[in-house]
Amino acid sequence: MANKPLLPEMMKTHGVSRRAFLKYCASLTSLMALSPAMVPRVAKALESAPRPSVIWLSFQECTGCTESITRSHSPTIEDLIFNSVSLDYHHTLQAASGHAAEAAREQAMKDNYGKYLLVVDGSIPIKDPGYSCIAGISNLDMLKETAAGAAAIVSVGTCAAYGGVGHANPNPTGAVAVSEIITDKPIINVPGCPPIPVVMTGVLAHFLTFGIPELDALGRPKAFFGESIHDRCYRRPFYDKGKFAESFDDEGARGGWCLYKLGCKGPTTHSACATVKWNNGVSFPIEAGHPCLGCTEPDFWDNGGFYKPLSVPSGDYRKMGLAAIVGGAAIGTASALLSKAGKAKAVKAHETVNAHDLEKSS
Amino acid sequence: MNNPAFDLLMWARGPGFDIALVIFVGGIVLRLFEISILGRKRDLAPAKGNGFLQGLKTIFSRSVPREGLVKFAPVTYIGGYVFHIGFFVAFFFFAPHIALIDDAFGISWPAAGRVIIESVTALTVLALLALTYSRFTDPVRKSLTTFDDYLVLLLSALPLITGYVAVNKLFGDPTMMLAVHLLTVEALMIAFPFTKLMHAVSFVLSRYYNGSIQGRKGAES
Ligand code: SF4
Ligand code: SF4
Repeated sequence: MANKPLLPEMMKTHGVSRRAFLKYCASLTSLMALSPAMVPRVAKALESAPRPSVIWLSFQECTGCTESITRSHSPTIEDLIFNSVSLDYHHTLQAASGHAAEAAREQAMKDNYGKYLLVVDGSIPIKDPGYSCIAGISNLDMLKETAAGAAAIVSVGTCAAYGGVGHANPNPTGAVAVSEIITDKPIINVPGCPPIPVVMTGVLAHFLTFGIPELDALGRPKAFFGESIHDRCYRRPFYDKGKFAESFDDEGARGGWCLYKLGCKGPTTHSACATVKWNNGVSFPIEAGHPCLGCTEPDFWDNGGFYKPLSVPSGDYRKMGLAAIVGGAAIGTASALLSKAGKAKAVKAHETVNAHDLEKSS
Repeated sequence: MNNPAFDLLMWARGPGFDIALVIFVGGIVLRLFEISILGRKRDLAPAKGNGFLQGLKTIFSRSVPREGLVKFAPVTYIGGYVFHIGFFVAFFFFAPHIALIDDAFGISWPAAGRVIIESVTALTVLALLALTYSRFTDPVRKSLTTFDDYLVLLLSALPLITGYVAVNKLFGDPTMMLAVHLLTVEALMIAFPFTKLMHAVSFVLSRYYNGSIQGRKGAES
């Protein structure tokens, strides 16, 4: 893997023209929220980027993240960029397995110690490290060991970034995010379930050209996760006008109205879905008629139900309300009866006095 | 890694709402039971008019100002109307609120657009400010005002202001502002049965009592 050709050579063999490459650089530049004047710099940096060794660790995951990045409509330049890094270890993609694969990882670590990029997908179980092992090594140990020599870590997918589905209530394996374990290395979170392929490659490209991108409070690159879905949603005019789909096949659904009432989490979700879209810019979930699940946010699995509107309480509040009616009625009755009894008692205890008595006592 | 804003929102949508709901509903029912069981002493004098009908009439007639009073206290009346109608519109015609009512009771109606909701909300807050101002400046009203009144004014203003800020992303993280909005509503719900806010329910009973007592004595309302 170490002798992989550089990007220009790979483009030639894949029939990608320089023009197409520059176009890609331009869109990447705007995607990364850089000024258009940076395009030549991005192109040059990409062409001559020293190919860092990349070690990709997959822990408790569903392979959706790897699927997403490898099944982007190929052959795209993103693929080539992805391929141009020296992917020295990825146990789903590499041919070797078990101890042979581990040997490759150890070799790559030794050769590039302190310089390689560590990509992680999947969460790490810490309740019992035995829940998830590779070649007999627990995820926890492997992460700690591999992170020690990494220049930086990219947590790909919501599982690695925030714990994801493994971390969801009741979290039987004690799944945690990479950042809960590794605290002394720069970590870039690229959440999404799975993340958009071009966002993953965009972050890799940014890392190769300009280093670590600017991150938000949740460790996400601001360029891709700076805006909410709701703010960039093409259905927003319907939201503003108060026009909502009430079911998945009513007039509103067919008319492309807002999906808020069907549980859309767009207002609290930050991602590039509404602008970059999926499948080479074909569409994104809301465009396909499904509400946003909020998959780039921590704990989105536990947000009270994918089809419950954001404004609806997440608990079993109706039962609570009924109990409160019964309880309130009982206490109200008791308190009223008590006051009545008190009043009756007071009336009974009332002694009648006349002016003579009063004079006597004073 | 957690997002404190998201966690707060989930708390406000979950346990926070449940607690507020139990106190709100339980408190209202409790007070209604108390009021109606305690009742009033029987009036043994022969009736000179129909207390029942006059009672019913008073429930509505007291919503219309008596002649000359609007001129006498314009801020109180106009501000009061704007606030009450505005609060009603902002609450019952904003889509996310309708979604909640739909979920709870299975009934829904068309939502108003953003322009209406936002201008109404702004007007409502202005009305509240005017009402508060008049309480500060008018010596009579000032001396009549208790802590309870200021608390109730604040508790009614906060959901309007935070809702406006959250929807328009004026400042703060939008998820956090949404959580704060829910928390202010929950504060309002908790205070409701035990402050003057309760008038939104008990006005029916008190107006009926007043109207029927006077009606029995032969006074028209
Ligand atoms: S983030 Fe989603 S797609 Fe990626 S591994 Fe986790 S569950 Fe699978
Ligand atoms: S569909 Fe979702 S993201 Fe789009 S406007 Fe409606 S609530 Fe916002």
